[in-house]
Amino acid sequence: MAEPTKYMNQADSIVSLKGVDFSYAPGERTILSGLNMEFPRGKVVAVMGGSGCGKTTVLRLIGGQVNAQQGQVLFEGQDVGQMNTQQLMTVRRRMGMLFQFGALFTDMSVFENVAFPLREHTKVSEETLRDLVLMKLNAVGLRGARDLMPSQISGGMARRVALARAIALDPPLIMYDEPFAGLDPISLGITARLIRYMNQALGATSILVTHDIPETFEIADYVYFIANGRIAAEGTPDDLRASTDPFVQQFVSANPDGPVPFHYPGKTLLEDFGASV
Amino acid sequence: MSIVLNTLAGLGAFVRENLIGLGYATRMFLAIMRRSAFLFKRPRLVTDQVHFVGNYSFVIIAVSGLFVGFVLGLQGYYTLNRYGSEQALGLLVALSLTRELGPVITALLFAGRAGTSLTAEIGLMKAGEQLTAMEMMAVDPLGRVIAPRLWAGIISMPILATIFTAVGVLGGYLVGVPLIGVDSGAFWSQMQGGVDLFSDIGNGLIKSMVFGVAVTFIALYQGYESKPTPEGVSQATTRTVVISSLSVLALDFLLTAMMFSN
Repeated sequence: MAEPTKYMNQADSIVSLKGVDFSYAPGERTILSGLNMEFPRGKVVAVMGGSGCGKTTVLRLIGGQVNAQQGQVLFEGQDVGQMNTQQLMTVRRRMGMLFQFGALFTDMSVFENVAFPLREHTKVSEETLRDLVLMKLNAVGLRGARDLMPSQISGGMARRVALARAIALDPPLIMYDEPFAGLDPISLGITARLIRYMNQALGATSILVTHDIPETFEIADYVYFIANGRIAAEGTPDDLRASTDPFVQQFVSANPDGPVPFHYPGKTLLEDFGASV
Repeated sequence: MSIVLNTLAGLGAFVRENLIGLGYATRMFLAIMRRSAFLFKRPRLVTDQVHFVGNYSFVIIAVSGLFVGFVLGLQGYYTLNRYGSEQALGLLVALSLTRELGPVITALLFAGRAGTSLTAEIGLMKAGEQLTAMEMMAVDPLGRVIAPRLWAGIISMPILATIFTAVGVLGGYLVGVPLIGVDSGAFWSQMQGGVDLFSDIGNGLIKSMVFGVAVTFIALYQGYESKPTPEGVSQATTRTVVISSLSVLALDFLLTAMMFSN
């Protein structure tokens, strides 16, 4: 039985994972095992861990792109894994997702990218649509870039346009997949502040999947560390900074060796070279 | 013994994989058809794609049609001249183009020009997570992205084949009449008398519509199912050309047997 998370008793969670087991195919490596997580409304919750530990899989489970083999993934109390396509589409209108590299539609301008969800799901007039899109672009500081194509803007700007698109329908849940990856320090700071600002301005809940410690600890209310498909540690950023847990220490201090070994498991040096170091 | 077993196992796996692929493609095709009704409410999605896949193929189709017409005029004249029937050159050129060369060469050129472009576009959209992003915005990519492109291909192909045929006839005329000296009245009157609107032109159009479904669907399927890597997209593009071309030739044989046999 998986250990209960400290957030387990939160009555008002928008998303809950209860005893989730997941692997991409039967018999393949288990990605998540008995995972329990709570994401309370109005908070910025970070999911952290090394590359390939299953962080993004958590977002894919919440979005219903993949289903858990065991356990439940609840969004506003409904099990996402049990939904049919129609129900899933309805629920996804209440979720915004920012992809790692923005995933902007390359054949559409910045304006049309942000207008896309509004055009598909609402029947607002062109004037209202224009105002809404410009307001969203203004919120991310890119009102002036409305006519540019995705190929004409930087990676950081693309991430901000994608953020404007993700919040176009004012969703109560915004998911961020590696929002800081590959950004220069200025863009990184802007993106981090925008995530916090959007959370407050929209009254939304934010789930942040990342391995960038300083920015995340600045803006997150609560942090989960995942390792080997389980929660290795959790707490507020202050709790984790003060933690003596060797895994948390290694991750926070960026030590190359520790509970997460530097060397991939294999033969010993003695076996390979006939000598030890 | 183990070689025999391994060969049988390999053959079984090959057949099974292909059957699974065929079943999956059929389901995808039916899913696209089910999602096509909304295009009547948003015809702009289709017309944009007709412009993209159809209009951009126009030049290659027209130029190829002209040269094929030139060659038909020359070869037709040399052959007919042996029997003193060079007056039938117009009929030969028109029947060759409307029944066979128009639909088939247009489909092969379309596979190379528009098919590869569609596969690469969809494959790169997949690799760039654009299709996943669309799904996460509660928009079905099969309806919003794939269906308009499939219908654009089905609409464009007969139009392009008609253009190919018309330009080809003009090419045959230019070589046959002004260059070689076949009688102009005989060229056009034999064509008018020998080409049937329904059995020749109509069947040619039906052929090109069937090729439009086949080539466009193969291109879209390959893009949609490609591995989201540069190698995956490149392999999918190659598969589009190979599978489309073979399918067009095989379908042409079947359709010709059905349409023109007694």
